[in-house]
Parts: sequence; C-alpha cells; structure tokens
Amino acid sequence: MERHFETSLRELKVQLVAMASHVERAIGNAIEGLQNGDFAAIASVYSVEETINRENMDLDGSCVRLLALQQPLAADLRLLIAVIKINTDLERMGDQAVNIAQDAEAYLKGAPLKPLIDLPKMFMEVQGMVRESINSFVNRDEKLARDVLKRDDVVDGLKAKIINDVTEILKTRPTDVRQGLHLILIARHLERIGDHATNIAEDVIYAISGKDVRHGGST
Amino acid sequence: MRRTQPSALSQLVEITYKRRRLVTRAMMIVLIAAFLVATVPLFSVFFHVVRQGLPALNMDFFTHLPAPVGEAGGGLANALLGTIILVVLASVIGIPWGVVIGIFLSEYGKSRFAALVRFSVDMLASIPSIVIGLFVYALVVIPMKRFSGLAGGLALGILMVPTIARTTEEILKLIPVHIREAGLGLGVPRWKMILFIIVRGSMGAIATGVILSVARVAGETAPLLFTALSSRFWFGGLDQPIASLPVQIFNYAISPFEEWQSQAWGGALVLILFVFVTNIITRLALRRAHGSGQS
Amino acid sequence: MNTTELRETLLDVRNLHASFGGIAALHGISLSVIANSVTAIIGPSGCGKSTFIRCLNRLHEEVPGATTQGEVWLDGQDILSADVDPVTLRRKIGMVFQKPNPFPAMSIYENVVAGLTLAGVRRRSVLNEVVEKTLNLAALWDEVKDKLHHPGSSLSGGQQQRLCIARALAIEPRVLLMDEPTSALDPISTARIEELIGELKREVTIVIVTHNMQQAARISDKTGFFLLGELVEFTDTSVLFTAPKDPRTERYITGRFG
Repeated sequence: MERHFETSLRELKVQLVAMASHVERAIGNAIEGLQNGDFAAIASVYSVEETINRENMDLDGSCVRLLALQQPLAADLRLLIAVIKINTDLERMGDQAVNIAQDAEAYLKGAPLKPLIDLPKMFMEVQGMVRESINSFVNRDEKLARDVLKRDDVVDGLKAKIINDVTEILKTRPTDVRQGLHLILIARHLERIGDHATNIAEDVIYAISGKDVRHGGST
Repeated sequence: MRRTQPSALSQLVEITYKRRRLVTRAMMIVLIAAFLVATVPLFSVFFHVVRQGLPALNMDFFTHLPAPVGEAGGGLANALLGTIILVVLASVIGIPWGVVIGIFLSEYGKSRFAALVRFSVDMLASIPSIVIGLFVYALVVIPMKRFSGLAGGLALGILMVPTIARTTEEILKLIPVHIREAGLGLGVPRWKMILFIIVRGSMGAIATGVILSVARVAGETAPLLFTALSSRFWFGGLDQPIASLPVQIFNYAISPFEEWQSQAWGGALVLILFVFVTNIITRLALRRAHGSGQS
Repeated sequence: MNTTELRETLLDVRNLHASFGGIAALHGISLSVIANSVTAIIGPSGCGKSTFIRCLNRLHEEVPGATTQGEVWLDGQDILSADVDPVTLRRKIGMVFQKPNPFPAMSIYENVVAGLTLAGVRRRSVLNEVVEKTLNLAALWDEVKDKLHHPGSSLSGGQQQRLCIARALAIEPRVLLMDEPTSALDPISTARIEELIGELKREVTIVIVTHNMQQAARISDKTGFFLLGELVEFTDTSVLFTAPKDPRTERYITGRFG
C-alpha cells in the first residue's frame, strides 16, 4: 500500500514542475523579446507571472496542509521544507522575469547600445541552471544539484563581463547611460535568477542527504 | 420516481428479520421460565418456613433451655448460643487458614507445589460435609473420648477453608499485574507489596467472601453430628458436647412431639433469616465499598 | 550547539542483553543517559523498548524465566550485579506505567506516601510535607488539595497518572522511568503530562518509552530507536527526527514500516 503522504508528495511535484515551466517561459519570453524586439512576447511575461503567483499560493496551501495533517519527519520533513523553499525561489524568479521585461521594454524604446552577445549566453546558462535544479529535485539527483552550484560562477563571470563592456562603451558615449543601465540591470536580474536556482539546488541536496551546504557549509 | 417491486434481497431480509424477532420472543419466554424455576422454590421455601416457624418464635424461644419431653414451652437459647460459639471457633480456625492459602495460590501459584495445593483445595471442597465430620471424629473425638464443641468448630472450620481459599485467590487475581509492579517499582519488598497493597486493597471483597462462607457453615448439620453432637444444657466448655441450631432442628424435626416440631420450624426460620440477612448486608456493604472507588 | 554533551552521564548502559524464557529480547544495548535530561526510546511493538527500561530498575527479572546480562552503571556501581538489592535500587530508579495504577482502596494521600509508609516512615509532619511537595511537582496539588482523603481511583485518568508520577517522585528517585505513560490518556491529559515532563527534568533524569514519535520529538533531548531488540540509532532528538543516519530509522519514522 502506498502511503497517503507519497500521493500528496507526487501532487506537489507536479505542481512544482508546472510552476517551474512557467518560470522558464517567463524568463525566456522576456529575453527573447529583448533579442527580437518583440513587444508582444515581452507583454506576455506579465500574465505568465500572474499564473506563477497563483501557483505559488496554491503550492503554499498544499504544503501547510500536508505539514498539519501528515506531520512528516526525517526525509519527508526535509523534502516538504525543500518544496516550501523552492516554491518561494520560483516565485522570486517570476518577479525577476517581470523586472527583465520592464527593462527590456524600456531598452527597446531607445537606440540599441551594442549587439547582444553575452546576455543571451548568460540567459542560456541561467535557463540551464533553473531547469537542472528542478530536474535534480524531481529525480532526487544530488550530483546534478551539485553541478548547478558550480555553474553559478559562470553566470557571475558573464555578469561581470557585461558590466565591464557596458561601462567601457559608456566612457565614450556618456549620453547612452540610460540604455547601458538597462542592460546592466537585466544582467543583474539574470544573475539573481541564477542565485535562486543555486538556492534550489542547495535545498535539494538538503532534502536528499540532510546535509546543509549553504554558506560554505561542508560539501 | 417509479415505485418498484421489493427486490428479492429485501424480501429475504424481511423474512430473516421476522424469524429473528420470533427467536427473540421465544428466548425471552425461556429466560422467564428459567427465572421462575430458580426463584419459585426459594420463595416457596421461605414462605413455608415463615408460616410454620413464626408462631413458634417468642421470648422464651430465644431465652430458655429446651423443655423436657411432654412439657410445654421452653426454647432453643442454648442452641443459638452454641451455634454462635461454633461459628466463632470455626472462623478462628478456618479464616486465617483459608486466606493464607488463597494468598499463596494467587501470589506464588505458578509452582508445581502450588498446583498440588490448588488441587487439594478443590478436592477438599468436593468432599461431602459428613465425611469431614467423620474425619474430625476420628481425629479429635476418639482420642478425646468425647464429643466436643472443639471438634465441631474444627469440622466447620475445615469446611470453610476451600471456599475462602478459592474466593481469596480469585479476588487477588483480579488485581492487575501492573499494580503489583507499581508496588515493586516503589522499592517495596514483595511480601510487603502483597500484604499492604494487594491484600489490603482487596480487603472488602475478601471479607465478603469470608462472611458468605461463615453464613454457609452456620447452617451445616452433617459435620456436627459426630463432633459437637448436641446438648440439652447451657454451654459447659469447649471440651463438652455443645448444642447447635441445625442439629437441634434435625433432632426436633424427626421427633414425634408436635411442640418440638413447631420449635424446629422456628429454628429453621431463625437460621434462614441469619443467612439471608448476612448475605444482604455484606452485599450492600460491598456495593458501597465499590461505589467509593474500590476496584 | 550541543549542550547536552557537556553534562555528566548518570546512567551508563553497557552491552545489555535480556531474554524471556530463552528467547532473546535485547541484543547488547549500550547507551548513556545524561543527568537531568529526557531520553526517549522509540520503536515498533515488540522491539524490546519496554524490556529495556524494565531492566534499568530490574523489574524485568521479576518475570519468571527472564534473564539479564551486561552492565548498567549508576553512581559508580553496576546496578545489575548480584550484590545490589533490587528493592533498594528501585528507590533510586522510580517507574510510571502505561496504565494509571493508583493502589486500590487507598486515598490520594496514602497513594502518594505509599513508598514512604511501607518503608516505615510514620511522622505525620514529614508525610504532609512530602504530599504537598510531590503533588505540586506533579502539577496535581491545586486539583486535589481539598480531597486528599478521597480514593485515588476517584480521579480522572490523567489525574491518576499524575498521582502515580507523584507517588514515584515521593521517594526522591534519581531516575524516573516512564513506560508509555500517556498511551491510555486523552490528548489534553497527554499534553499536561508532556508539559510536566519538561518541568520534572530539573529534579530527576527521565527515560521514557513511547510509541508516539511526535511525543518523543516534543519532549526528549535524546532519542534511541530500537528494532528487534537492537539499538539502531541513538542521538540528539533534533538530529534523529530531521536527518537520521540509519536507513531503518528513516523508514520507521517516516512510517514506511512498523
């Protein structure tokens, strides 16, 4: 016989995966809209974010119910706590997607500052982190989660490079500072999304092994 | 909705239900019959004894010695006193003996020796009372070369032992193991735990068992025939034959004199009342003890 | 972080074996109970957890055919050794049982002081003081102070259990063993006893057997998980219930077996 908790947990996973796919789509639409000058794609981010918010609240409700009714312990408890935290991280990612969308809209209204090369690269990297952090959760894959942690450095590097490039350009074209700021902010939003993916990976490792690897904890 | 024919199942249920009601009624009748079979003899004996015995009861009956044959009046005072003396003597012998055996069987009752004791007690309980009388006759009366109150008391005492022992054992066994463990767990030695927690806690129930068995032996006749015999005089010492109510009833009832027969009925009534009243009082007392939270 | 480690060990169990009529019930249990802490023992029925604490006050050996081997050290003495009198030992290690069991036909007062009066303490003033003190400790004084001479059995189940706790505390034991003390009680009485346990550990060291894992989690400092007569895992309660090391513990406390 399957435990009731198991069934509920599977439902939670389904909810979480659906939410994660919406998050990916929101980020993707924002960045691709920026790349292609597609205002419609960018506008869609706002409605997707609303969906994410609703899913966030639903998932929270399910978690509270499960905590109250099943009083899980040990692995079950760790898993449920991970779900609660991942839920929050995903919701924040949604917020960041909206921030990207806003900056992208503003940027597109002005003249392009430079061809976008590193930003799409950074996006690909962050998207991979988000996807793999969720996959590591769904498949209980500790190794995959640890890989996500390593990728955070790549994202940080790309962000530094973008800031560097933009400031170099702005030195010669100080009137474009507004455009440059939008690009830097978008890079920063992406970087924050990467941080959230890192958090998710850390929570997954805790859920699977009981080890706390945050803030330089033992690995 | 269309009204449908009752289904085969519901018809079957209806039939079963009817049959059950019938069985219930039949069983009720059997129960009432069983109740009557049990109580009618009791009440008819009681009323018969009251009707026959009541006229014989007067002050003389309780205060005078038996009158010689042919004379009117006289009483059974010596037999009443004798019965009281015999019962006290029997209690002194039988109660400690029975209670100690009961405690032993309940608390140390798992050994082979205890099994032997339990078997012996059961055997003793099933020996006819007249045989106990004969046994005491051989044991006491023959060596002393006379019938005596002592022998009668001993015979009644022996008779009490098995019932007291077994009721005490059963009562003590009702105390759950965890109460005993709680006693031991307080650092109380086992013997103290048994005496001051288990036995003390069951005192009311044990007393009831004891009193009921005392009431029962008070009416015994057979064991006294060869032991205490009978006497027409006042109590003259434990080494002398002694009168007792049951034996006196026996003697008077088989006598040809109407006066004596009437007094036998009176004695029977006194005896029955004694047993009745003791039973009722102890049962009431026990219920009160239970009501105040003994168990 | 781990303050309990710093405190002294009161009861040191070393390689404890126990059996009933030739059937082994405990296979070499070793654990240390820290002074003034609550140690919980959990495990499925028949895992030996009750047998374990019944070895600690040598009640186990009262059962015919029961044997005990190993050592249990208390105050520099192996309390299982033949020269320790179990009767004396039990005055140091008290016990509270699964079912509330006030002594029959004894008043509340008599129940509390039973351990003392049966040991010969007769001074009324001493007994009065003990009754008030221990009933207060057991959080029962206010409820019974006006009916101390009512029968112990007239109390509610939860009150009876606190009376039994008071009775055990009256002889001032070093250790209080509790064998599923709330399994026969309703949730409110259970909560009161749990609260009480938290208070009592200032006075006495508690070892409690429970099959309510949440209870162990709520009230204990350390928890041991028993399975088939073995101590599978023994660690800080906060660790055992969040990240147990042994997969068998994990399976048990997440309800996958047992």
